[in-house]
Amino acid sequence: MLGLKRDKKDEEDGFSLNPFNNLEKTSVLQEARTFNETPINPRKCCHILTKVLYLINQGEHIATTEATETFFAMTKLFQSQDVTLRRMVYLTIKEMADLAEDVIIVTSSLTKDMTGKEDMYRAAAIRALCRITDSTMLQSIERYMKQAIVDRNPSVSSAALTSSLHLMRSSGDVVKRWVNEATEAASSDNIMVQYHAVGVLYHIKKTDRLGVSKLVSKFTKQSLRSPYAYCLLIRIATKLLEEESDGRDSPLFDFIETCLRHKSELVIYEAAHAIVNMPNTSARELAPAISVLQLFCSSPKPTLRFAAVRTLNKVAMKHPAAVAACNLDLENLITDVNRSIATLAITTLLKTGSESSVDRLMKQISTFMSEISDEFKIVVVQAIRSLCLKFPRKHGVLMNFLASMLRDEGGFDYKRAIVDSLIGIIEENPEAKEAGLAHLCEFIEDCEHTVLATRILHLLGREGPRTPSPSKYIRFIYNRVILENAAVRAAAVSALAKFGAHCEELMPSVVVLLSRSLLDTDDEVRDRATFYLNVLKQSNKALNSAYILNDCTQCKYNKALNSAYILNGLNVSVVGLERALHSYTQEPSETQFDMKSVPLATQPLAEQKAGAGLFGAEGQQGAEVTPTAKAPDKVAATRQDIYAEQLAAVPEFQGLGPLFKSSAAVQLTESETEYVVRCIKHTFTNHIVFQFDCTNTLNDQILENVTVQMEPTEGFEVLSHVPAASLPYGQPGITYTCVALPEEDPTSVIGTFSNTLKFLVKDCDPNTGEADEEGYEDEYVLEDVEVTISDHIQKVLKPNFAASWDEVGEDYQMEDTYALSTVKTLEDAVKNIVDHMGMQPCERSDKVPADKSAHTLFLAGVYRGGHDVLVRARLALDDGITMQITVRSTDETAAEVISASVG
Amino acid sequence: MGKHGHVAESNMDAAFPEPSLYTIKAIAILDNDGERIVAKYFDETFPTAKEQRAFEKNLFNKTHRANAEIIMLEGITCVYRSNVDLFFYVMGSSNENELILASVLNCLYDSVSQMLRKNVEKRALMDNLDGVFLAVDEIVDGGIILEADPNAVVQRVALRTEDVPLTEQTVAQVRKLIKDTAPGWLKKGTVREGNGQ
Repeated sequence: MLGLKRDKKDEEDGFSLNPFNNLEKTSVLQEARTFNETPINPRKCCHILTKVLYLINQGEHIATTEATETFFAMTKLFQSQDVTLRRMVYLTIKEMADLAEDVIIVTSSLTKDMTGKEDMYRAAAIRALCRITDSTMLQSIERYMKQAIVDRNPSVSSAALTSSLHLMRSSGDVVKRWVNEATEAASSDNIMVQYHAVGVLYHIKKTDRLGVSKLVSKFTKQSLRSPYAYCLLIRIATKLLEEESDGRDSPLFDFIETCLRHKSELVIYEAAHAIVNMPNTSARELAPAISVLQLFCSSPKPTLRFAAVRTLNKVAMKHPAAVAACNLDLENLITDVNRSIATLAITTLLKTGSESSVDRLMKQISTFMSEISDEFKIVVVQAIRSLCLKFPRKHGVLMNFLASMLRDEGGFDYKRAIVDSLIGIIEENPEAKEAGLAHLCEFIEDCEHTVLATRILHLLGREGPRTPSPSKYIRFIYNRVILENAAVRAAAVSALAKFGAHCEELMPSVVVLLSRSLLDTDDEVRDRATFYLNVLKQSNKALNSAYILNDCTQCKYNKALNSAYILNGLNVSVVGLERALHSYTQEPSETQFDMKSVPLATQPLAEQKAGAGLFGAEGQQGAEVTPTAKAPDKVAATRQDIYAEQLAAVPEFQGLGPLFKSSAAVQLTESETEYVVRCIKHTFTNHIVFQFDCTNTLNDQILENVTVQMEPTEGFEVLSHVPAASLPYGQPGITYTCVALPEEDPTSVIGTFSNTLKFLVKDCDPNTGEADEEGYEDEYVLEDVEVTISDHIQKVLKPNFAASWDEVGEDYQMEDTYALSTVKTLEDAVKNIVDHMGMQPCERSDKVPADKSAHTLFLAGVYRGGHDVLVRARLALDDGITMQITVRSTDETAAEVISASVG
Repeated sequence: MGKHGHVAESNMDAAFPEPSLYTIKAIAILDNDGERIVAKYFDETFPTAKEQRAFEKNLFNKTHRANAEIIMLEGITCVYRSNVDLFFYVMGSSNENELILASVLNCLYDSVSQMLRKNVEKRALMDNLDGVFLAVDEIVDGGIILEADPNAVVQRVALRTEDVPLTEQTVAQVRKLIKDTAPGWLKKGTVREGNGQ
């Protein structure tokens, strides 16, 4: 299609601008036969290679056989001594390395060129050779690589060094042996060689903290000539600073600061960027960096202005006062022709400016909102949101602005950012609630994004009934029931039911509206309407609370999970439920399906913020996700579901029942010891299984029959060990120890365990991994593991805490008053209590409003065995902090344990 | 459902670039219809040809009118320059030092400009495509900046040896050798230029 269009145009123009336009893949590959002709015509062959490269570059798919054929024909071209042709051959080898088979056939030709006399060949030959080589082949050219690294020709040396970096991924051990050569290259006169050499040295020493530290101090003293190398050093130094504790007195910080006076802008900017982004910098330390950025703001180069204002924008949040010094320069940028720069300047000013300038800036920015990309619109939205938190009184103007942005054209990410911000503002500022809900109501009247509509409906269902005049939202919600697709209708039905359950005066009308959905075309909508209608007709507060107001399982609209909707009141893990139901149907039994056997959701799905923390603890880089990343469509198995599956596979743990909770991993050794062990506690109904992830970091040993012996506190009983059979170097293995919880006294649930790693050592050859026949017993002392109250409680979010409080009732209620002597502020007290109990704060009660002397914290959770537990802690600040704590539970033991744990 | 917003924030806030030499995500030269002439991607940000094309289209739409030099798009920082009917782009991570990206862009542009004898337009570029491929390869190697000095790049790309033994050459080659005092692709460019006038 495209080709045709182009043809026409070219004909009209009378000549083709692009001689490669109508290339046909098959004919080009046919032409490659010319390579076999003797004598070789370099110009012609060069042109054919260019065509091949052009095709690959255009993303044309070349099948393996075709590629291999062409590749082999091309090897003939090594006979020609034409430099350009040879260079094109090298390039084609690299491009085809992944397309063709048996590319290593050119190894000897390339090795010859790499060691030959022709300088024009050597550098490119090295890069091509390293592209096709593997770790076994690498051994044979190692000698040449070492020579090349220290070659006096900079292009050869650079080629060898960059290739070393690429090889690092596959053959790190070999490259590590080239450290002396790289060190020599680092003192080269050529700036690029120096840069590459420093890079190689860093990558070789990356895991060795001391080594890196020495490297940095060496190069900071012997001043480097390459600005790129400086940037790299600044980044390494910043990383070291981040890890070490002695703060700003360190010579590393001094080094970064001196870089602010470097002659290259590149280095100055890198240093300023590093300083302003450091956590906990003082105003004095920031000042020189900020003034450098301020200078850049008036640079004639757009890139420099962009870089400066973007960095200032980022820090304006943390250090508004420091950035405020640049306000004048930023004012000049708000009319910049590069709209990105203008947007960043305005949003920075919004963060640093005073309340009085808000109106003016908002007016300015609205003049070019339509010209900037969605990415920057999102920046604006975020700036407005933070502004709303800073100046709550301005929420009227700002929310109107957001609402008008919501009406304009924009992509999903942009709309989502606005809705997120509006919801955020509503949650933070009660005064803004009604206005915000009104804007959102208006938005769903004409909203093409199902996800956003359902989300807003859910919010309306939660917040609407608690406003002074809930009836006005009914119309908006019911319109959705009439006009929208099934997913939105279902959400609207749920929202309606909540109004009915919460406001008695609206109940009759809601019942009428719901009954109209009983004949909906979609079964999900029908099911929901029928279900809610029946619950509402009972007029029972406890039922309403359990099944309508506190439905946290915000399952996505998915037919396979329909069953989960009915269980709205239960915070079960959907994947776990699926598994439990499946095994129940596999083995027919007389007993009824027990809901308590289903593991709870590890975190309430509504609270994904907590999820981010969880992944952080796991050491995964959550930040890698790009802003455009789509959320997974299906309900993913959580970490706990994965553990549950692993544990179920161990025969010793068959009789333990369902997994209740898995703790975060705790390190039981330093991270750089001979054996690295971390522990995860898995709580079952009457047992705790300790999972020990062990790694052997000694390459001359193999450990066998590895177990962890635990010395428990009184009452606990060690039942069994599941050893890790073999633990070779570097491969993590798992051993389990199963402990029974005290039976006589069900309230003693906390304790400390001292641990010893026991194993059989066999020495082995580090290279081959072959172990000796004979071994000897040895042991290794680990740190203690503590079982705390939070191991017995799973967090559960109750969106309507008061309703749940009444639902549980005062049958098992414990109340006590304490004086908290160690904490000074309400925030600290709240934080300590939440951490200690391991329960979920509800109603956003974990946020203490400023300037208040009293606060009530609501916590909800489920105790081991499936009993609901609710805690209300009333805190009063008066010299010290006094706390009155009330625990309610559906189970007496649970209430006692929780209450006792506070002391 | 609350998960969406926070992801974007955390990405924007990742302040410190990891010390690494893998600086460049991609290099591209597009024509004035936004069609790809040369494009080289060095990491897995856009793993398939289809995603690359979609990105280039978006990039071109956002940049071909406003001559603003720098833009952030889909979480990527992109610096660009244009001349007549050619657009040169260098892409890096959004945490990358923008000035480093700009230095690579300048090297790319100046190298091409020198090779095309300041005649930076599509037709001349297409006639010297082999040289441009080689230049891109000399500037960035697998995402690492290999050379940022345009003179060094041109020198490494352009040299044609004069000392190939005459006996190893065909008659045509010898004739060409006599005619060509300048490197081949340069000569070719000159001839075209002459014809054009």
